[in-house]
Amino acid sequence: MIEIKTEDILETIGMIENENLDIRTITMGISLLDCADSDPKKACDKIYEKIVRKAENLVKTGEDIEREYGIPIINKRVSVTPISMLLAASGGDPLLYAKTLERAVDTIGVNFLGGYSALVQKGFAKGDEALIRSIPEALDITDHICSSVNIGSTKTGINMDAVKLMGQIVKEAADITAYKDCIGPAKLVVFCNAPEDNPFMAGAFHGPGEPDCVINVGVSGPGVVRSALTKIPDANITEVAEMVKRTAFKITRVGQLVANEASRRLDVPFGIVDLSLAPTPAVGDSVAYILEEMGLEQCGAHGTTACLALLNDAVKKGGVMASSSVGGLSGAFIPVSEDAGMIKAARSGCLKIEKLEAMTAVCSVGLDMIVIPGDTTPEVISAIIADEAAIGMVNSKTTAVRVIPAVGKNVGDELSFGGLLGSGPVMPINTASPEKFISRGGRIPAPLQSLKN
Amino acid sequence: MKAIITVVGKDTVGIFAKVSNFIADHNVNIDGVSQTVLDDTFCMIMSVDVAKCTIPFGEFAESIKEAGERNGLAIHAMHEDIFNSMHRI
Repeated sequence: MIEIKTEDILETIGMIENENLDIRTITMGISLLDCADSDPKKACDKIYEKIVRKAENLVKTGEDIEREYGIPIINKRVSVTPISMLLAASGGDPLLYAKTLERAVDTIGVNFLGGYSALVQKGFAKGDEALIRSIPEALDITDHICSSVNIGSTKTGINMDAVKLMGQIVKEAADITAYKDCIGPAKLVVFCNAPEDNPFMAGAFHGPGEPDCVINVGVSGPGVVRSALTKIPDANITEVAEMVKRTAFKITRVGQLVANEASRRLDVPFGIVDLSLAPTPAVGDSVAYILEEMGLEQCGAHGTTACLALLNDAVKKGGVMASSSVGGLSGAFIPVSEDAGMIKAARSGCLKIEKLEAMTAVCSVGLDMIVIPGDTTPEVISAIIADEAAIGMVNSKTTAVRVIPAVGKNVGDELSFGGLLGSGPVMPINTASPEKFISRGGRIPAPLQSLKN
Repeated sequence: MKAIITVVGKDTVGIFAKVSNFIADHNVNIDGVSQTVLDDTFCMIMSVDVAKCTIPFGEFAESIKEAGERNGLAIHAMHEDIFNSMHRI
């Protein structure tokens, strides 16, 4: 006897086959704190050994689950303790650590490794500045290493010295990788309120409060949500929210299943499911098209922020009941170059960076994968970072900036990264100078919201 | 372990027999079948027990999918937990 309803079986298969439902990533978080050594070379040997030992079966396990359950698992990834903390304890050339991580990736075969990171929201500790200054070169000499820097939080305020520095670093990362389509800054995220258990790249790192080793899973499925909404074209907005919620529940249940299974097979504790709607450049896997399905002519129109707020909230409400532990970023992503609908809206001029900034106040991330003119000054990039961080700090949410200065290109040109990173048009930005503000340095004090005790 | 096998394709003579033979050849037991033909499209859902399958289930799922493709059929064999987790609380 078949106990599951036929329509339910066909719905699940339809989601996977036609609507791009997938598990975006199984990310193994690995603490490297016990790899510190007074000799940096020995520390790197320990780092390599620990990552390879813990994650040697990660890719195979992911592939096994994929085959048995029939659900695509797109990426297998590793996140590690922010390398600045290792650098503080063990010293040496930061690039030595970057090369070690890349070597470990080559051995275990994961798609990305995140954690070439520093947490400097309140100030620079030993190792932080050296690591940050090495980021451009580290991103150039490696292919799979992702970097992130947390420059602010609701609790601490915004470290404006770090904001200033990161404007320069983003620009340098683009310059040094200009020969490979400026890929450097696409692997670099500047955070405010960075989550310590985020499985998504480029911002994944294994926070100092995390256990020794943990499995986090990121689900995806914008196409499924959009498809569900096409079935209720005349419903009122309350019903739209309800439909998103139900769909998010189903998607997240699959994420939880995969997380439990991966955790059991790898004998590593389960951490969280990150229930994010993460788009890919494939048509039909777009967050922008969900917003348009709600009734906007094009993403970027007035009304976009309200639709996104509804979407983000309904995704969380549906997902939170489906998982025993929700974490990471959880919500809707709006990376421009990775979303077919966003790319189209940016090309047509309907979606502007100011609108994207407003959208970041109600979604789960920030200004993500936005290609800006190559001649943008570091101060303007710093100011973009400061604005985003302010939104995150005041609203007690994660915000981030991942902009890519397209060296030698200007508005109207396009930059293509390929793969999940996609391609995007160079978007116009306001060039009035914030130089004096950025050069002041110091710290924006934590807002009243931080005083909750 | 229980799995669900779905078969969808243009209706022709002998689909049921071919799929059942393939399953039997791998020592997989059929627990239940639901089958219809809608507008010339054959649609079958099987609940099977793969505990004594002669090869690992992941390989079985891949090989039945390939066998389906050779015969113009979309065949999926998936662990039943994916359906249970999605549609049952």
